[in-house]
Amino acid sequence: MAENIGTLFQWLIFLGVAFISILASLLLVTRKNPIHSALFLVLNFLCVAVLYILLYSQFIAIIQVVVYAGAIVMLIVFVIMLLDLEVELRSGLKFSYTKLIGGFLALFFFLGIFYAVVAKSPTGKIGSSYTSENITNNVKAVGEVLFTQYLFPFEIVSILLVVAMVGAVILSKKRA
Amino acid sequence: MKLPEIDLCLIAPEIIVAAFGFFVLLVDVFFSKRENKAYLGWISLVGIFFAGALAVTQAGSVKSGFEGMFISDGYALFFRITFLIIAFLTVLISMGYTQREGIAFGEYYALILFATLGMMLMAAGTHLVIIFLGLETMSISIYILAGMMREDKRSVEAALKYFLLGAFATGFLLYGIALIYGATGSLYLKDVASYIASKNLLRNPMLLMSLVFLTIGFGFKIASVPFHMWTPDVYEGAPTSITAFMATGVKAAGFSALVRVFFSALPGFRPDWTSIMWLIAVATMTVGNIVAISQSNIKRMLAYSSIAHAGYILVAFVAGNDLGVSGILFYLMAYAFMNIGAFTCVILLGKKGEENTLIRDYAGIGFKYPLLSAAMTIFLLSMAGIPPLGGFMAKFYVFSAAVKEKFYWLAILGVLNSAVSVYYYLRVTVLMYFREPEREITGLQFSPAAVAALVLAVIGTLYMGIFPSNVLSFAQKSIAGLM
Repeated sequence: MAENIGTLFQWLIFLGVAFISILASLLLVTRKNPIHSALFLVLNFLCVAVLYILLYSQFIAIIQVVVYAGAIVMLIVFVIMLLDLEVELRSGLKFSYTKLIGGFLALFFFLGIFYAVVAKSPTGKIGSSYTSENITNNVKAVGEVLFTQYLFPFEIVSILLVVAMVGAVILSKKRA
Repeated sequence: MKLPEIDLCLIAPEIIVAAFGFFVLLVDVFFSKRENKAYLGWISLVGIFFAGALAVTQAGSVKSGFEGMFISDGYALFFRITFLIIAFLTVLISMGYTQREGIAFGEYYALILFATLGMMLMAAGTHLVIIFLGLETMSISIYILAGMMREDKRSVEAALKYFLLGAFATGFLLYGIALIYGATGSLYLKDVASYIASKNLLRNPMLLMSLVFLTIGFGFKIASVPFHMWTPDVYEGAPTSITAFMATGVKAAGFSALVRVFFSALPGFRPDWTSIMWLIAVATMTVGNIVAISQSNIKRMLAYSSIAHAGYILVAFVAGNDLGVSGILFYLMAYAFMNIGAFTCVILLGKKGEENTLIRDYAGIGFKYPLLSAAMTIFLLSMAGIPPLGGFMAKFYVFSAAVKEKFYWLAILGVLNSAVSVYYYLRVTVLMYFREPEREITGLQFSPAAVAALVLAVIGTLYMGIFPSNVLSFAQKSIAGLM
């Protein structure tokens, strides 16, 4: 009985969160004010983070909140503040052929991916999945793989980050 | 839990390149007062040379390491050498140019080294994560290098445009990789191929979709039509030395990863990708050549010509036989010499505040700067595919590979395109020798290093045209085990 209630509760959370995230992404692309869009983006990211928790992947959920809802949205807001959006706001949403073609292409890709993912169940090898019993291993498992099997990619990422930092400094520092 | 075996000898060339990149960054800090940064270029050259020497000592052995994510085989060796040659020539032509244009920063050379490192990882990675990270290391370095001239609006535009579109292309590539993982549960190229074969997933929609995404992602990096829109603007706006680096290095790296991924992870999908790539190859050649005709700026013209060259290389990719794939390697090497050479001429013909990049500016320089014009003529004729130059042999291998696989139409369209291209390459030559100059170009300063690069490029172009069999047999040996 208690288990059933638990499952029901999970379903309710899933439905609620999924609904809010779809609503947020729809509002995100239809708002005229870019700051409002950014806020809906945060809402969407948070909802997706909850979905990850429902899948017992707390690590990805935390990353989702820290990196996406935190850092990336911050970046987006910064860009919005740097750009002069008055002109954009005044002109409003206008029809253009680029948008029409872009819309069709987006729809085409969406249908393609939708079909690809839904038509057949994923065929890949299935690794150990997380259930309510072994969720404590989540972060540990990622860490272990990261520093053993994926040690080499990990080191490459460190160089990648240095390159990005050097770039940020050189493109923005004052020059004599 | 145990640490993986760490075989540093395997990645020795990469380590040298990375270490010299950091070394250049550090040395620059300690001697930040020095105005002339050419000594950092020389340090980079030493590093590139050492890395190349180490790469050559690994020749002949096939060794895989780092949990099978990295392989040092003939294919990796060929591309390591190609990238190191490209980096070497780029650093040589940069030393005078960066000083002249006021972008002489130590970071410039470090970023070239890091970009080279990324390219080398792309060619040697046998795990999609390595290939992706290599691609990003290369791309981010190039975005920064393209925007080095901050006072020049076109350079900033180039960097921003390349960055935004490149980020989208990366998104497509990652999507493709994710779908491959979803369909096979592995990111090792060999495992992907064997899993597809064992489970008979050739009509799996997820994998077909990933094929589309990978084509888009790599198609952007190699500047193929219809993912080429950024090329002319970025090539025109970026510092000319970086344009040369992009047109040769990034393109070669894109092809190295494209060939490795498609031929070793997705060989079963060959009929599918052949039909897509056929169309892309024809579109790329045609658009590149026809639009190049109407350009008035030499950097833009060379940008469109580089699009066209990506099309020729795709012809070999479609053919996909031994000659075709070794033809790709040969072509990329030959293209590196002739294209960097051509851009070196463009650099040498400019001076501070006066770039002289209009094709009109080339009128009448033939007798004023006879050696420079002769070199430029060699590179242009080589790109047009006129014997006995490297570009001719490259095109010859590419088209004969297509004919061998019975892609007659593709070969015919390729040859026709090549004929069209002769027009705009020859036009520059004709201007140089048979027109009176519209205005005097005086006070050019030929930096010795750039002249050295020019000489090396001429030697390379001639060598690959006159003794092509040496490089071709090297390329043929390199692709053993790939397919």
